[in-house]
Amino acid sequence: MSGAASVGIVMIAHTALDRAAQVARHWAVHGCPVVIHLDKKIGDVAYQEFVEGLSDLPNLHFSSRCRCEWGTWSLVHASQTASTLMLKTYPDIRHVYLASGACLPLRPVRELIDYLAQHPDTDFIESATAGDVAWAAGGLDSERFTLRFPFSWKRHRRLFDGYVRLQRTLHFSRKIPQGLVPHLGSQWWCLTRRTLSAILDNPQRKEYDRYFKRVWIPDESYYQTLTRLVSTKIESRSLTLSKFDYQGKPHAFYNDHLQLLRQSDCFVARKIWPNADQLYQAFLKNEQETVNHAEPNPGKIDRIFAKAVERRTRGRAGLYMQSRFPTEGRENGATAFPYSMFQGFSYLFEDFDSWLAKYVGVTVHGHLFASEQAEFKGGQSIYCGGISNSAMLRNSNPKAFLTNLIWNTKGKRQCFQFGPDDLQELNWFIAKDPNAHISAITGAWIVPLFHSNLTFAEIRKISARLQKIENAHMRILRSPYAKARVQVMTMAEFIENPMEPLQNIFDVIDPRNSKRLSEMPKLVDLTGFGKFLQSLKNQGMHPHLMGDFPTLDQIPLTPQRIRKPYLVRK
Amino acid sequence: MSVFESYQLRLERQRWRARAFRKRRELMPVANRTDKINPHDIIIFSTMRNEQIRLPYFLRYYRDLGVNHFVIVDNDSSDGSREFMAEQPDVSLWTTSHSYKNSRFGVDWLNWLQMKYGHKHWTLTVDVDEFLVFPFSDTRSLPALTDWLDASSIPSFSAMLLDMYPKGRIDAQPYHANQNPFEIISWFDSGNYTISKNKRYANLWIQGGPRARSFFTDAPDNAPAMNKIPLVKWHRKYAYISSTHMLLPRSLNRVYDERGGEKASGCLLHAKFLDTFQAKAKEEITRGQHYFNSHEFKAYHAAMLENPDLWCNWSEKYSGWQQLENLGLMSKGNWA
Repeated sequence: MSGAASVGIVMIAHTALDRAAQVARHWAVHGCPVVIHLDKKIGDVAYQEFVEGLSDLPNLHFSSRCRCEWGTWSLVHASQTASTLMLKTYPDIRHVYLASGACLPLRPVRELIDYLAQHPDTDFIESATAGDVAWAAGGLDSERFTLRFPFSWKRHRRLFDGYVRLQRTLHFSRKIPQGLVPHLGSQWWCLTRRTLSAILDNPQRKEYDRYFKRVWIPDESYYQTLTRLVSTKIESRSLTLSKFDYQGKPHAFYNDHLQLLRQSDCFVARKIWPNADQLYQAFLKNEQETVNHAEPNPGKIDRIFAKAVERRTRGRAGLYMQSRFPTEGRENGATAFPYSMFQGFSYLFEDFDSWLAKYVGVTVHGHLFASEQAEFKGGQSIYCGGISNSAMLRNSNPKAFLTNLIWNTKGKRQCFQFGPDDLQELNWFIAKDPNAHISAITGAWIVPLFHSNLTFAEIRKISARLQKIENAHMRILRSPYAKARVQVMTMAEFIENPMEPLQNIFDVIDPRNSKRLSEMPKLVDLTGFGKFLQSLKNQGMHPHLMGDFPTLDQIPLTPQRIRKPYLVRK
Repeated sequence: MSVFESYQLRLERQRWRARAFRKRRELMPVANRTDKINPHDIIIFSTMRNEQIRLPYFLRYYRDLGVNHFVIVDNDSSDGSREFMAEQPDVSLWTTSHSYKNSRFGVDWLNWLQMKYGHKHWTLTVDVDEFLVFPFSDTRSLPALTDWLDASSIPSFSAMLLDMYPKGRIDAQPYHANQNPFEIISWFDSGNYTISKNKRYANLWIQGGPRARSFFTDAPDNAPAMNKIPLVKWHRKYAYISSTHMLLPRSLNRVYDERGGEKASGCLLHAKFLDTFQAKAKEEITRGQHYFNSHEFKAYHAAMLENPDLWCNWSEKYSGWQQLENLGLMSKGNWA
């Protein structure tokens, strides 16, 4: 291999020792001297075995061991002793690469050596000022540097949290040593000999070390901060591909990531799941391929993992399932897709449903919340996703009924009819849902009664009840909490000018379609309706939701007669 | 949760554990190979009765998935199931002729064995007709999942029960031993599950699927529960309460996110509705030892015998975990 070794690997290993040994051997065989720090928690027997297994490699050494615990100084200490040994033993190496036992080189070692030879004075270390980072978990970003952390986060979480709280209430703050500007970044770096020895041989090192010993997760800040003092050329990124989840735990890579890792052109990845045999086989082959000089490009992997975090923290809007059951108000979208609820239209028009379906590509149901059964499109007894039309099943969990329907059909708008005779339980839910579009003609429910053969006393009783229900619903729709797109008009207003609200509906449902409506559905016969209302009033009822109708039949309403003025106006 | 409530739940958990401890006497060891269990092994706990035809595929499926050991309670089988299982090198077998019902459908027996052998292991408690799928289960083994759960400090993993059924009558196609049942019953309901939260135990109560829409349209509350938490990093102080629907301490039941995010979850494909169902059902009625002799059974047994067809126009054909993930029946959570 390249005569003078130009890069040395410092490896910190805790678990999966067979894999660590395999990777260490790979580095060493391909010309990189290796210094390994093994956790003292590993028993002596296992340690001896590990050392003997690698004893045939002349350029592989072990540094003295200490107990390592995540989030504490011990990890920095381990890298210090191993780095010191590395610099001392190999005076000709130019870069030191810090890796873990779960790291896996993705590209031929040769390419890493070449790459570093092309950047002889560059320190590759992710290092950003503490105020600017978003990744720090648990809200401890700048506080890492100003509080004390004597308790283990893993073993004594309560003490840890309690002590942090106490220091916050007491406004306790440590003094940061003069000249230091706290920086954070990935703990996996590759530093030049010059920078690394400047850090390790710094006359103030004792003071810095004493300070960092009480900093939280110092392995993410010690080198990152000190490099800023001594380096001449910092490239603020890690050569190790390492992804973290939203809790700050590293993601593992598995066999199925093989292609992704290949395409990333990153030099090293962590962590690899120890049983990902295919990855170890694929990337630890003997090297002979042609040398590739591509820059690392982890973009695709970044996106996949960013999506996973998004899935975990925000989830899919409108989905309620075994592992996502948001409490009210935390849904990030109560339903999955826009839908429309029509109130009164089907009473006033003879064929509103088919007319609507003809005009826009939507699914038009009947009264989904009718008391007999859910009236799915075409009278189906089971609908999309296996939803039953049984009223009892629906009523046992109406919210699930609606959210399931919208989830199952997302991509296609669902429209349904609604009225005061239907189940009213979801009125608040729908009113608060920004996906809902509600178009209501108040009082129109009286039209079927008007046409019915019921006695007047019965009609009076029923309409009083329905009016009360609808009135309550309208109050909800007018509430300041209503987030749905609501259009409410009285029956009288609608009859006077039906084209405008209908056009409005179309504009909401299909905003890109600029076609004007030319045909109206057929209005039911309302001859004598004014008189009918007046007699209700004479009976002592106050039918106010319909609006003001002329008492006498001055306007026997027919579709022809209302269409004309609209067209003239246009 | 109030201190009092928490204390009550603790007492309840101790009652279940004491009950399991008493019920240990009902179990007779047939083949105890638990000394072969290694510290990191994943163990299946299961009860069975006359399941001979299902056992070969059950064992194969979970061995391939990475399960290391099977702890089985045989409830007085007479079809050779016991002899077959006793021969398996990775099975530890107990037998009992005591009442299945009185051991709360096997929960007490398994709670005891889990207390004794499951401590600090990942345990998977499934029936022989339940097959776990989880995110990436086509490319990653069960130990990959449990390692990830360990690293993420997640102690329990939910897998909703998904009833699978054939297209046409369930008795149309005979099932053969060692056959993948989902070659026959490859259909399921994708979006008719309803959820409510059980305040006391903090678990979700999920109902729905083909049984609910076919047989419980008049009695929705009686429709079977589909929520399951079968995969748990066991501790001897834990106890299942009712089947694997929920357990104590109740923090283990919080397998769902309430702030809009999605936790990782899987599904248990339920291979109940094979041609073997009818014979099995008849046997269960005469024994009166199942949930069967209660409302659940009465509702659909007659219908199932008469016209056993669960398929409908909206049934989905199973194609893999990605499909279940897309449909929102399970989730990758932040596992990538």
